[in-house]
Amino acid sequence: MSAGSKTTSGPNGRWRPGASRPALLARAALLADLRSYFAGAGVLEVETPLACSGADPALDTLSAIYHGPLFPDGRELYLQTSPEFAMKRLLAAGSGPIYQVCKAFRDGEAGRLHNPEFSILEWYRPGFDVPQLIDEVATLVRLALAAPVLPAERRSYAAVFREHLDIDVLEDSEATLRELALSQGIQGCEEMALGRDGWLDLLLSHLIQPELGRHGLCFVTDYPASQAALARLNPDGRTAARFELFLQGVELANGYLELLDLEEQVIRFEAENNRRRSQGRPGVPIDLSFLGALQHGLPECAGVALGLDRLLMLRLGVDDIDQVLSFSLQRC
Amino acid sequence: MATYSTNEFRGGLKLLLDGDPCTIIENEFVKPGKGQAFNRVKIRNLKTGRVLEKTFRSGESVEAADVVDRDLQYLYNDGEFWHFMDNETFEQYQADQTAMQEAAKWIREQDVCMVTLWNGSPIVVEAPNFVTLEISETDPGLKGDTSGGGGKPATLETGAVVRVPLFIQTGEKIKVDTRTGDYVSRVKDD
Repeated sequence: MSAGSKTTSGPNGRWRPGASRPALLARAALLADLRSYFAGAGVLEVETPLACSGADPALDTLSAIYHGPLFPDGRELYLQTSPEFAMKRLLAAGSGPIYQVCKAFRDGEAGRLHNPEFSILEWYRPGFDVPQLIDEVATLVRLALAAPVLPAERRSYAAVFREHLDIDVLEDSEATLRELALSQGIQGCEEMALGRDGWLDLLLSHLIQPELGRHGLCFVTDYPASQAALARLNPDGRTAARFELFLQGVELANGYLELLDLEEQVIRFEAENNRRRSQGRPGVPIDLSFLGALQHGLPECAGVALGLDRLLMLRLGVDDIDQVLSFSLQRC
Repeated sequence: MATYSTNEFRGGLKLLLDGDPCTIIENEFVKPGKGQAFNRVKIRNLKTGRVLEKTFRSGESVEAADVVDRDLQYLYNDGEFWHFMDNETFEQYQADQTAMQEAAKWIREQDVCMVTLWNGSPIVVEAPNFVTLEISETDPGLKGDTSGGGGKPATLETGAVVRVPLFIQTGEKIKVDTRTGDYVSRVKDD
């Protein structure tokens, strides 16, 4: 709504940026603070290609086609949904700790908290475990928000669901999750065919997430194994060493103790591509160079991606991502 | 049957939900970084006026409601229906009590109203925001009172009753805000 009210009508009315001058200054200051932090921490800044040969089947990818030398018949390039695959190739090649500030692209995502092109801060820490990385994320976010005493709490995904909805995310059936969504008055979900994780997403996004991080940083840890993404499974085999950070109900960061196992990674990619096909969507090419890096051997490491635009929104107290981007989708 | 995908959702879009025409007030795209996307929508049921929330799975399609807003001129009331005419097409429409709601007590013949048509029939009639009406009856006020404080009830030519300042007399015309039912000012005939 705020985006609309600032846009002057007419075809040329969208030339103005969505971000105010203070928002532009805050972004520049944030980038300077982050770079200074990582320089001090001995983490190397890197750049990797935005346009890649493979895609993450778990997300919807934008693509472009290159024509010219090397590929006279054209080559489809996928705009990265995150720099994860390329950065892991650097890690496998012995880069040591690295970070990157870059753009990531996701098709189909636009709204108050989403823009199809957005800024990510992603970093990897060889030798770190999840608690160590969580501590560093907390340090960095406190720095970025100029809130040095912002409290942080850590709760497992299962505990969060138990406390808010009194359900067992690992045991309760899909039917139970559906019943709960209905009894909690989520209108419109009666006929949705979501699958177990889809119902968990529905319950989390509608009933739990708005409460998460009300009074400080809320790290949710140990996601169900079915939502492991690129995280290693915990020894219990039912949960994954994956965490997310929520602040003021906003999902800010997603981190893993990184999966090192090539075979397991291939199985997960194939499962995602099968899921796509079962929904009538084509599979996507897997990044073979990334698999090559896993085969070579990725060092034990933990990594995390943090949404910089949302971090800026929280810093500035604004509620639409358009207010922190120079030119969001409706202006670009 | 026309449908809209959730990607077309925006404020003002008209949907058919559970058989009733509805309009979108607010649309929020919700998606975990990895996971299922939803559209959480705040909707007004145009027949009942009730506001409700509803969640759609992103990418889903929803039936469109054939709903349009038209400026129509009020012609007459036949005891059961209020008759309106489109001054451009000369097409006539009849609205029932349910569609008229509050509007019935504010409008006079010739007034132009915003009428919401669903499948070609009026479902909501909105009186103009401000109307000028003659007072058919009110107690004689105290002489010399011009403060407007206190006030007294006055019956208007349409039958509506509003509170007016004490100095307003039977036969005078006043301007009323139909959204609140409040007296705005005295209107002098030119």
